[in-house]
Amino acid sequence: MSEIKFTIDGKPCAGKPGQTIVEAAKDNGIYIPVLCHYEGLKPVGSCRICTVRVAGRYMAACTQPVQEGMAVENAVPDLEDMRKALVEMIFVEGNHFCPSCEKSGNCELQALGYRFRLTVPRFPYLWPGRELEAAAPLIMLERNRCIQCLRCVRAVKAKDGRKVFAAVGRGPRTTIEADRKLAAKLSEEEARKAMDVCPVGAILKKETGFAVPIGRRKYDHVPIGADVEKGAGR
Amino acid sequence: MKHENDVIARHPKDPAALLDVLRDVQALSGRVSDEAVARIAAHLKISEAEVRGAATFYHFFSLTPRGTSTVYLNDSVTSRMKGRTAVARAFEEAAGCRFGEVSPDGRIGLFPTSCIGMNDQEPSAIVDGVVFTALTPEKARAIVRGLEAGTPAAGLVDRFGDGANQSELVRAMVANNIRRRGPVLFGAHESGAAVRKAVSMAPEQVIDEVKRSGLLGRGGAGFPTGLKWEFCRREKAAEHFVVCNADEGEPGTFKDRVILTELPRLLFEGMAVAGYAVGAKRGILYLRAEYAYLRAHLEAVLAALREEGLLGRRIAGSKDFDFDIAIKSGAGAYICGEESALLESAEGKRGEPRDRPPFPVSSGYLNLPTTVNNVETLATAARILAQGAPWFKAMGTVQSAGTKLLSVSGDCERPGVYEVEYGLTVAELLELAGGAQAKAVQVGGPSGQCIAPNGFGRKICFGDLATGGSVIVFGPERDIFEIVGDFMDFFVEESCGWCVPCRAGNVLLKKKFEKVARGQGTEGDLRDLEAWGKMIKAASRCGLGQTSPNPILTTMKNFPELYGARVRKGEDFVPEFDLTAAIQDGCTAANRQPLCKENLHE
Repeated sequence: MSEIKFTIDGKPCAGKPGQTIVEAAKDNGIYIPVLCHYEGLKPVGSCRICTVRVAGRYMAACTQPVQEGMAVENAVPDLEDMRKALVEMIFVEGNHFCPSCEKSGNCELQALGYRFRLTVPRFPYLWPGRELEAAAPLIMLERNRCIQCLRCVRAVKAKDGRKVFAAVGRGPRTTIEADRKLAAKLSEEEARKAMDVCPVGAILKKETGFAVPIGRRKYDHVPIGADVEKGAGR
Repeated sequence: MKHENDVIARHPKDPAALLDVLRDVQALSGRVSDEAVARIAAHLKISEAEVRGAATFYHFFSLTPRGTSTVYLNDSVTSRMKGRTAVARAFEEAAGCRFGEVSPDGRIGLFPTSCIGMNDQEPSAIVDGVVFTALTPEKARAIVRGLEAGTPAAGLVDRFGDGANQSELVRAMVANNIRRRGPVLFGAHESGAAVRKAVSMAPEQVIDEVKRSGLLGRGGAGFPTGLKWEFCRREKAAEHFVVCNADEGEPGTFKDRVILTELPRLLFEGMAVAGYAVGAKRGILYLRAEYAYLRAHLEAVLAALREEGLLGRRIAGSKDFDFDIAIKSGAGAYICGEESALLESAEGKRGEPRDRPPFPVSSGYLNLPTTVNNVETLATAARILAQGAPWFKAMGTVQSAGTKLLSVSGDCERPGVYEVEYGLTVAELLELAGGAQAKAVQVGGPSGQCIAPNGFGRKICFGDLATGGSVIVFGPERDIFEIVGDFMDFFVEESCGWCVPCRAGNVLLKKKFEKVARGQGTEGDLRDLEAWGKMIKAASRCGLGQTSPNPILTTMKNFPELYGARVRKGEDFVPEFDLTAAIQDGCTAANRQPLCKENLHE
């Protein structure tokens, strides 16, 4: 397999055929912020935070494969502002209260908020009414925080391949639902996986919310993306 | 209950049958109950959540009861212009329930739905699958009375439209309103001539002929058809597919309905030509749910074509070209007009667009190479084969060859379909349709552009005013803000909800627009509208979000004086929350007078 040569903001990069821009950027020490993507899952381009520009065209870097000679615009002011706006949209379309959230410090949305120095969103809060679902013995679905990234839909499946989580409804009324029968049968391990794959505090494994105290969590000391950027210039 | 089991069991135990099962259950029971969800999930071996996901995605499925009889009254700008409000009130009074509800006795359900492709004969509704056009309050009351008396909806149709609408298999009151017959679609055509010509050539030659004709996709995007076929043909795979997109959902579009009604043979011939060109043996017609009343008619035409050797084995006298067509029905979702969402829906899933690449030409229906073409494109391709590329290329403009079928509606004397050569100006079209006094014209539907009289000299063609066919005329007395608000409601309603900018962004953009429209906007709000609109267009995943801010952006550009007059000049900030109005609301609700009106802020 030959190497693909491309640039990100003018910096020469090398990628493998079939690799997406997000993955290839990571290998080159460049962090492209993204919420819906999760390593090992098929990318779906739902959050659009990784939007980059190539030859004037906008595209999601998590779904777009790298191509020879591509000149990717990434950390330019207007794209960064657009990303910040998308993070703000996610905040105002749900009900996110970081101080009382079990996921605080491990939350990728919160971490991106810090990365983009978000203080007050430019959009008005929508304060939607959303229902909490806690019927399953091991997990609960706190929809106020759900950002509909579809990670759980893709990652959590029954042994026969049936989806445990699915999107229901349409448009602004779209919500994520846990299949009652299948969610009731989740094992400890599967429940943990469901919680871990969720970028926010929407899927919680019961009785484990504060197992790791706030202050000692993933993003409490190391900002999101820093691990990728530390490897820059390898 | 046993009955419901039977309709479920009739389908193959294949998740791809999901929409077909849901359609049958909905038709039988007027809803998809929890029990039905469990049975369907067990039959198709998918999770109940997935069944609920599909059942809640489409307009014409519902988890809650929709009544023994269900009225879907079109809710669009044009229908309101033609008297929908009074018709809706008549339905509500007669049925004894509001829209969105079912009557207390459970017999009549009233629901709004997006454009049903009858924009030239509004107000219109679909009642138990039967189309009613040009409704009046009296007719609405008569329909409810009839349904309550147990008359099936079809028995309440009091007149039939023209042409095939009168035929035994259609029996619809729909009018074709063909105002101008052009040489391409409505020119004399000998049935089978295009397929016979195609099979006498090599597939590559067929593609070449279409390429040389300059045919661009008629759905609106304008991708070169020959090139699409070539890309599809080039893919190595076990099978290739031709999919005809008969899901015209853009408000104000109804031209494909006329082709499906009057020219189905030409359309199917075009599909066979495409099949030969790309190397497909199977074609699928994805028919929007709103046009289900045409299905029996279309099935009969398919049967006749098989009989005549124009479909089936070794068609049109060829040695080895087999091709047949199956019809798949939608279930009510604008987004399914987007080709990759259409493919998802055809596979029995929620109609959510796919990421591209891969494009359908390499990974389409069942992940096999698929060419998805518009109804008009395929019918036109058949004519190109029969008449030759030079004949076609001689019409229209250099960049946009041939003719375009336009659906004209709104404030004009002669609404209907017009087959015109590309390059026609808006003013010329208005002259033809009797709408010369127009204050604004919406070209290409809500996702297109709203133009002002100073733009009426512009040409309808790719590169200037591209359109999938929708042209809505607005007369001098119409309120542009009301129109734009309606269009934004439509996009919010029809967004699939997959990506953030479209799902959340359109709601926020609409809120901001409403603030301006209410007279509470500042010049800063106008700057926000423009910036947010551009952002949603740039970041959205598919064509819906990439065009949904257009009603706002194009009216801001073409009617700047209207926006300028609405905003409060010189004020830096006007809060969205109107305290005065809120206090008055509160007092009204509590049946009190404000303590001292003079003390209210303002």
